[in-house]
Amino acid sequence: MKYGILVNEGPYQHQASDTAYQFCKAAIERGHEVFRVFFYHDGVNNGTRFGVPPQDDRNITVRWTELAEANNIDLVICIAAAQRRGILDEGEAKRQGKDGENIAPGFRISGLGQLIEAGIQCDRMVTFGD
Amino acid sequence: MSEPWEEEGPGEVKKFMYVNRKAPYGTIYALESLEVVLIAAAFEQDVSLAFVDDGVYQIKKGQDTQGIGMKNFSPTYRALEGYDVEKLYVEAESLAERGLTEDDLLVPVEVKSREEMARLMDEQDVILSF
Amino acid sequence: MLHTVNKSPFERNTLTACLGHALPESAVLLIEDGVYAAMNGTAFEKDVRKAMEDRTLYVLGPDLLARGLTADQVIDGIQVVDYEGFVELTEKHDKVQAWL
Repeated sequence: MKYGILVNEGPYQHQASDTAYQFCKAAIERGHEVFRVFFYHDGVNNGTRFGVPPQDDRNITVRWTELAEANNIDLVICIAAAQRRGILDEGEAKRQGKDGENIAPGFRISGLGQLIEAGIQCDRMVTFGD
Repeated sequence: MSEPWEEEGPGEVKKFMYVNRKAPYGTIYALESLEVVLIAAAFEQDVSLAFVDDGVYQIKKGQDTQGIGMKNFSPTYRALEGYDVEKLYVEAESLAERGLTEDDLLVPVEVKSREEMARLMDEQDVILSF
Repeated sequence: MLHTVNKSPFERNTLTACLGHALPESAVLLIEDGVYAAMNGTAFEKDVRKAMEDRTLYVLGPDLLARGLTADQVIDGIQVVDYEGFVELTEKHDKVQAWL
């Protein structure tokens, strides 16, 4: 089956991103396709590469990057939510006149249409939030 | 075998329900959920909004946010009709529990019992809750 | 339909809201802080048992263990699943509603 995932909360503060990650891993192990993970609300904060968690803790962002690269998952950060919260890729930084970008590898910034498209294309949408 | 018109394809219309269970302003969920609905309207899917529990406060009449320095986004609910988003369902029990009636709402809605709301939810293809 | 509840019933009303909308034959999976509702002897045990008359309840095992709870403290009839079981539930049910 084809899965779309919605993550509504940032890393560490809530368990949502962790549960979503464990769910995706299990879905892939069962032979499913995770087509897209869409990060919305504070969920966009999962996509900053500037986080430095303690060494004995998991690195949520790196974990998403690695899972996405190994399984061809489209990690999409909502542009409107990202602009509010200061998550930028190179193009956005340039457009908004900001002096840097912070997006992690494997993530991309795009519109809310990507969430709706996932809902249309996927057999299942599973939401993780607060 | 399915008939040709039942086959899934790019023209497929899915039933999307956006479930609003949170009050406005205290958190950003109501505002960002509304932003999703506005984008979703362009996808020519079957869109409905459900206002349940504290979600009914999103469409309470007379919101004035001047004193809190936030944007009053409640007029947008009245603009939904122009986006062809016309199915706004409000749960009767949620209104009654909060001492509200349909007259307290700023937009025309269909009031449904909890039982009817549960059935409406069950009829959907995709349920997004924020 | 599969419903998920991720908050303690002592903190939020999501369990109550979910059970008020979960039709007969639907499934409810308790995850994250939602797992506290699966325990024996809480003020919500009665509501959960009532819901189990015509709906199936599941609890996510890894979230139980993380919180110092064990399967034998779980209300009789609630099925303990792992993440794979969570995925299986989403295969069996045509859609998932998260009660956030």
